[in-house]
Amino acid sequence: MAQNILEMNSISKSFTGVKALSNVSFKVEKGEIHCLIGENGAGKSTLMKVLSGVYPYGTYEGDIVFEGKVQQFHKISDSVKEGIAIIYQELALFPDLTVYENIFAGNEVKNGGVIDWNQTIVEAKKMLQKVNLQVNPETLVKDLGVGKQQLVEIAKALTKDVKLLILDEPTAALNEDDSENLLNLLSELKDQGITSIMISHKLKEVISIADKATVLRDGETVCTLDAMKGEISESVIIKNMVGREIDDIYPKRPKHTSEEKILELHNWSAYDPQLGRNVVKNVNLHVKRGEIIGIAGLMGSGRTELALSVFGNANSYKLQGDLMVNGELKEFKHTSDAIQAGLAYVTEDRKGDGLFLLQDIKNNISAANLHHIASGGVINDNEEIKVAESYKKSLYIKASSIEQNVGKLSGGNQQKVSLAKWLFVGPKLLILDEPTRGIDVGAKFEIYSVMNELIENGLSIIMISSELGEVLGMSDRVYVMAQGEIKGELSIAEADQEKIMELATQ
Amino acid sequence: MNLFNEAKTLVSENIRDYGMYIALFVIILTFSIMTDGLFMSSRNISNLLDSAGYIAVLAVGMTLVIVIRHIDLSVGYAAGFLGAIAAILLTQAGVSVFLTIPIILILGVMVGLLNGVLVAKIGIPSFVATLAGMLIFRGALLQVTEKTGTIIIQDDTFNAIGNGYIPSLLQVSGLHLLSILVGIAGILFYIYSEFSNRKNKIKYEFEVVSKGIFVLKLVFVSAIIAYITWILAGYNGFSWTVIIMLLVVILYHFLTTKTVLGRHIYAVGSNPEAAHLSGMNVKKITYIVFGSMGMLAALSGILFTARLQSATTTAGTLFELDAIAAAYVGGVSSAGGVGKVTGAIIGAIVMASLTNGMNLLGVGISYQYMIRGGVLAGAVIFDVMTRKKR
Repeated sequence: MAQNILEMNSISKSFTGVKALSNVSFKVEKGEIHCLIGENGAGKSTLMKVLSGVYPYGTYEGDIVFEGKVQQFHKISDSVKEGIAIIYQELALFPDLTVYENIFAGNEVKNGGVIDWNQTIVEAKKMLQKVNLQVNPETLVKDLGVGKQQLVEIAKALTKDVKLLILDEPTAALNEDDSENLLNLLSELKDQGITSIMISHKLKEVISIADKATVLRDGETVCTLDAMKGEISESVIIKNMVGREIDDIYPKRPKHTSEEKILELHNWSAYDPQLGRNVVKNVNLHVKRGEIIGIAGLMGSGRTELALSVFGNANSYKLQGDLMVNGELKEFKHTSDAIQAGLAYVTEDRKGDGLFLLQDIKNNISAANLHHIASGGVINDNEEIKVAESYKKSLYIKASSIEQNVGKLSGGNQQKVSLAKWLFVGPKLLILDEPTRGIDVGAKFEIYSVMNELIENGLSIIMISSELGEVLGMSDRVYVMAQGEIKGELSIAEADQEKIMELATQ
Repeated sequence: MNLFNEAKTLVSENIRDYGMYIALFVIILTFSIMTDGLFMSSRNISNLLDSAGYIAVLAVGMTLVIVIRHIDLSVGYAAGFLGAIAAILLTQAGVSVFLTIPIILILGVMVGLLNGVLVAKIGIPSFVATLAGMLIFRGALLQVTEKTGTIIIQDDTFNAIGNGYIPSLLQVSGLHLLSILVGIAGILFYIYSEFSNRKNKIKYEFEVVSKGIFVLKLVFVSAIIAYITWILAGYNGFSWTVIIMLLVVILYHFLTTKTVLGRHIYAVGSNPEAAHLSGMNVKKITYIVFGSMGMLAALSGILFTARLQSATTTAGTLFELDAIAAAYVGGVSSAGGVGKVTGAIIGAIVMASLTNGMNLLGVGISYQYMIRGGVLAGAVIFDVMTRKKR
């Protein structure tokens, strides 16, 4: 029996009352590739942040044993010193510096306090060889593709005499060749005695590379599977990932769907010039009048990007394909065009790009449709108050008055203000991006009820959600996205947790 | 006692809004005592307000620029340059005043729009774009005044903008009648708007301050307006500069609080992404705000040139920094979305009072700069502290 390089025993961690991890145990043997699997919010990233010292010792319960010693990491550099390196999904490279400068950033080759650049380049070349990357070390990092950048990041980690390498969804942004390359490299590093922990959503990769796999769900360890015993298979992993009971908190509604198509997308693609790749690929979908369609998928699967590309191309992507509203071909130049055509988009990140936190409820509700309550550009204060009061009542927004700043409201009430803003526009199609993230059960139920009411009034809804229960409980039809593509369409009758997860982890 | 408690909580809850009024009051009181009342004399107050005018109008525009998270460093020399153009039009080209002023204002709008395009369309940081503008206008000012040096303006109508007073109609026991009428109209308008505001709030069952506090506030503000009017009426009455300043404040106050455009400006400032996703045209708002800044820079140039009755080669030096200082003292926040036009005016008056008061006391110029710097730092610290508390 090989010895464990890492043992995390009964780790618990909570954020302001919400338990993110409860009593998690996680053991990694020396020299293995161990995959960490779970839905969004299962606690994978939190666990790795506890391990690397991002959440310092004392802010969590339980203990970490690394190389046989109980460790107390107070900051990230403590864990780095012990030989633990994390490579995040969002790369931590300096795009305007060269490859060799990046590799030795923070770990410079010094000679009496002065950097020895020649030696640095020599060393960098050795490191690049180790990770099988053939580039001139004097290339700027921004001129490399994402796959190569990832290898530079690994090379950087290797300079620090790393014993345990942690990769957070390393292949999420890579194409197949680059992914395979990376997985091969991990195997090679394993032969050199480096242990790896890989967080991944792509089950095929997990099956091909993992010696062991630990599944987390809702902040708890579900099981650890062993490849040697033949336990790692797609069906077993999915079963363990989704085995949650779904509460029946979803209000019922009679079917209202008509055959009239409100929105159609044909071969719809969006290219993000900043990322240099397609974030939405060849999407075909339609929404009928009076229908709620659910768009399921894991984080980073391109759901929000799809919504933004449809809603007036708010992120300035390069678009391809056809967008039709009510059977009419449309081209939106600005978000206001989309609003004009009857679309509304309630964002995922309420605080970041949804609300004006320093302004009061009244101003937020009227923000997207000020012209409706103004004449000659002058706002009719009384009208505005009336509108705000009526939404406060109908959506049960809990606040002392409509003159309260939305920054001071709870998450659920903020979400209702967001919703009110868009309902006041009078849309035909409402796009809800994670409509119930971070809000309590009571407010959730109220939002579901409002959605049903809207459907009854002839609206259509696209609901983007990571919560499988919500998708299954509220939708008439489900699209599953992964890597910017629609991986499958399921009628609500045939959809279940396993099927959705299977498509989402392709 | 209840009244006192209510007033206390009201002040502590709105300390951010009242802070600069309190500061202004303290400054006025201090200088009045130290100068044996000379500071509050009719003549001095009239001078003080006139000298604050050209910075105050810049501060109004600058407040909006800062609200949408930008800055405009070009306004000082733009004002100087446009003032020189006005002087050239009036003297060398022989254009009438009534044509010159609109031409200069339109030129100002164009200058501002150019900045707006650089910032919003091409995406240059406003600090850099307007810094370039500052250098260009400085050069342009030198260029147009190179041959003649200082351009003296003989046109009395133009010069009255910076030095003249509204006609008095009649002197009543040594007081300026029209000014008093203007003051009374101001008070009546204020009382009317407060009453209708309160009535509306009660109609919608909003929380309103108690009757005692309401009356107290009415009396207090009316008394201040009456006092200022009385002081000014005792000298030459309202100057044209003060009237222009008041008109700018009233117009911009209305624009920012009552119109769709104003709402959009504050929305863009407080969260540009959310504004964009709410269908607002962030670029258009940026053009408008910079355009208005340019127009006010032109107005500032006119006021300053008229005040000096000439265009000089150094006109506009450091105006932009004085305007920025006034805006910050007036409570604008660089994080965007917060800041009132009325605050900008108070900020400008605070800074002008400091200069004026210290001049009366004969404080050396070196200390004057340090003290004004300290007040600016203090204002921003106060702003940050009160925001943290919330």
